[in-house]
Amino acid sequence: MSKIVRAAADFLYPFVMIFGFYIVLHGHLTPGGGFQGGAVIATGIALMFAAHRYREISLIFKKAIFNVCETFGLLMFITFGFAGIFFGKSFLYNWMVNIPGMLFGEAVAYGQNAGNLNTGGIIPLLNIAVGVEVLGALSLIIYYMLTYVVKMGVNKEDAS
Amino acid sequence: MRNLAVASILVVLSGTFVYMTAGHDITFGRPVNTQMDDYFLARGQEQTGANNVVTAVVFDFRGFDTLGEATVLFVVVLGIGMLFRKLMAREEEESE
Repeated sequence: MSKIVRAAADFLYPFVMIFGFYIVLHGHLTPGGGFQGGAVIATGIALMFAAHRYREISLIFKKAIFNVCETFGLLMFITFGFAGIFFGKSFLYNWMVNIPGMLFGEAVAYGQNAGNLNTGGIIPLLNIAVGVEVLGALSLIIYYMLTYVVKMGVNKEDAS
Repeated sequence: MRNLAVASILVVLSGTFVYMTAGHDITFGRPVNTQMDDYFLARGQEQTGANNVVTAVVFDFRGFDTLGEATVLFVVVLGIGMLFRKLMAREEEESE
């Protein structure tokens, strides 16, 4: 793409990333969560793929990173699910909630309140797991399609 | 003839739907049985520690559903990867 698009994408990229991670991390307080935040982060990566040349951007965003993100997210989700069994409850039981001193373990007041990030038990951790998985998965889809377009020489001048 | 049959079935189904929603059996926005909703709203914050009741339902009360969604996304990416690898391998064979 042109230099204007590249400069604008470089400028917008950190804000998109910060907004995406904010949505993931505040999933138990505000609207949104892992899926939505992961989609926003993947949109930022797609913006970089669209704005820059393939041979430059594929040196920074490697396929292995997205592969690891996707697999690690799903494994993290399942691990937190089985941790419930390990602590004597059922699969995906919220074993971290309402334990003072535990990470994300503070109790929350009933009714409308300002919200406390340090609540929710395993919900924020599951949010992070799903967010990491979705960002890896959606980026990997874009990466596969773009690699196909570049390797097969469809619009080689535009893509490469 | 076949189009006529399909059209008449559609008319009967949509007519039944409109008749039932016009104040007979189904009421939108005012469900008759609200025990589940009341339970989530009353106990969600206390039991899950999350202010967002939607997240409390999606990630705690129905966490298994979310695990299924994540697995679906994983399988989708697996399928797309296999498809594009196959396509690339085939076109490389043809070009040689």
